[in-house]
Amino acid sequence: MSCLDTIHSYAFRSLGYGERLLPREGFDLCQHVTLIGSGLILNVYFAIVALAAGFILATALAVGKTSRHALIRKPCEWFIFLFRGSPLFIQFFVAYQLLVMLPRAGITVPLGLFELTLNTNWITRAWAGAAIVLFLNTSAYTAEIFVGALRTVPRGDMEAAAAYGFTGWRRFRRIQWPTMMRLAWPAYTNEAIFLLHATTLVFFSGFPAFQQRGDALYYASYFAGKTFNPFIAYPIVAVYFIILTLFITWVFGLVGRYLNRHLPTNERQRRRPRLLPQIIR
Amino acid sequence: MFAYCADPKSLEGLQWLSCYLTSGSHMSFYASFLTVLVLLAVTAPVALAFGYAGAMAGRSGAAPLRWLGKGYMAMVRGIPDVVFFLFFVVALDQGLEYVLHFARCSDWAEPVRQGLEFRVCPAAKIPPNNAPQVVHQIYGFALAVLTFAIVFGAFAANVLTGAMKAVPRAQLETAESYGMNNRQINRRILVPQMWIYALPGLSNLWMILIKATPLLFILGVQDIVYWAQQLGSMKTQAYSYPHPDWRLGYFLSLLVFYLCMTKASELVLDRITARLSRGQAIVKQSGASA
Repeated sequence: MSCLDTIHSYAFRSLGYGERLLPREGFDLCQHVTLIGSGLILNVYFAIVALAAGFILATALAVGKTSRHALIRKPCEWFIFLFRGSPLFIQFFVAYQLLVMLPRAGITVPLGLFELTLNTNWITRAWAGAAIVLFLNTSAYTAEIFVGALRTVPRGDMEAAAAYGFTGWRRFRRIQWPTMMRLAWPAYTNEAIFLLHATTLVFFSGFPAFQQRGDALYYASYFAGKTFNPFIAYPIVAVYFIILTLFITWVFGLVGRYLNRHLPTNERQRRRPRLLPQIIR
Repeated sequence: MFAYCADPKSLEGLQWLSCYLTSGSHMSFYASFLTVLVLLAVTAPVALAFGYAGAMAGRSGAAPLRWLGKGYMAMVRGIPDVVFFLFFVVALDQGLEYVLHFARCSDWAEPVRQGLEFRVCPAAKIPPNNAPQVVHQIYGFALAVLTFAIVFGAFAANVLTGAMKAVPRAQLETAESYGMNNRQINRRILVPQMWIYALPGLSNLWMILIKATPLLFILGVQDIVYWAQQLGSMKTQAYSYPHPDWRLGYFLSLLVFYLCMTKASELVLDRITARLSRGQAIVKQSGASA
């Protein structure tokens, strides 16, 4: 089987397209790179879904945590503590056990004249369940970053906003939020990188790989298990992730420059995302 | 444990529960919490030593050593730690056996890598095939500690490098003007002063280390996650204590355990920071306690 054939059969294996069975012989470099790359699609999917949805929830949580009303503040604090204080690994297990408890046949919601049946089959699959856990987890971490940024929004900015008659939602939307984003951006870049790295934990999360559609680590460990040789499969995963990390750094760097475009720049002292070692939660 | 536990099937209510929670496998479960604490206690200083060595190498004047140190620090940024955990355990294991294979069995004719298999001579097996189960477990645990130390050492190296850079340049220049050589400056001025700058980063790292301990499960150590899964899964009537699937409860208790660990560490670290910053002319770093 030539390399092109391999790519043709396995490039989208993780999405369920192509050859049904995983390769049983050969295990050449091409198969490694293709299948692991195919699994990487899932990792990227998890990262994008969790980051995009988490961004919105995190903003809400951050505003909630800085609220003056204890009724709003306390739940936000507890949510953030729960997800930042416990390991993601355990969160995956607990979430899986909780989701499995949902009735198989679906939940029937009586809506007066007709009944709505919510299908619950899909939620214990990795693509949905693990994404939900990652989403909640990254929301908590991002919220903490945003809270820190919200608290360091310069007082003068807020006073100026008040002087111009900005209040409430408009003040938040036009003054607080943009500054918060600008201040939080280097730390948020780190969070994005570490979230991408955290997607590898999905492999161990208990969410089964349906029809052998797994993430990058799933295929890497398949190869490592078949060949008893970890020196090829795992370095390939590592190289893929280094490339993705560089890509994230680049994209977030562009956005960061856009956010800071009105400020005097000093190219020699660029704000680069510092390493906040937050790789595991 | 208790005398009335001899026939668990006849028990009910609280008595059943007290027997169930003190059964032999539950004792192993409680002991595995100790495993986690031992791992934390052993890994933290070892990782700090690795980090210190890495940071020193990264500042070294000799280029190859500097590249080694910088490369070590850079690797954790690009590569997920889970990949390291999967890779290092097998790699260390095979590497050690490979070295021993050459040392002990130089007359071994067959190649070590036979196609898909990794075969070393029996004398090079670690631990020996006939070793008792305990030795195997300890060896597995030691590999796990080493893996944790390598990965977290890289993080610590990053933190310590930052801390070394944070020590005011004037301090070092003053030392130079007193005629100290590089080594003396390092030992007397730089290293004693860097810890207060490193503290926020190191406490952060400690929190992450706590939350990384369930990864022991991945490394094949019988830790709390392993036992929670074993004990929680459904037990049929064939077992002394039959019960339905209780894994949710067991995992929730692990969750609470970790939350308590985090909270306790937070309180202790806050006090240490407060104690160490007393009389120090540095502003409390706000961003570092993320």
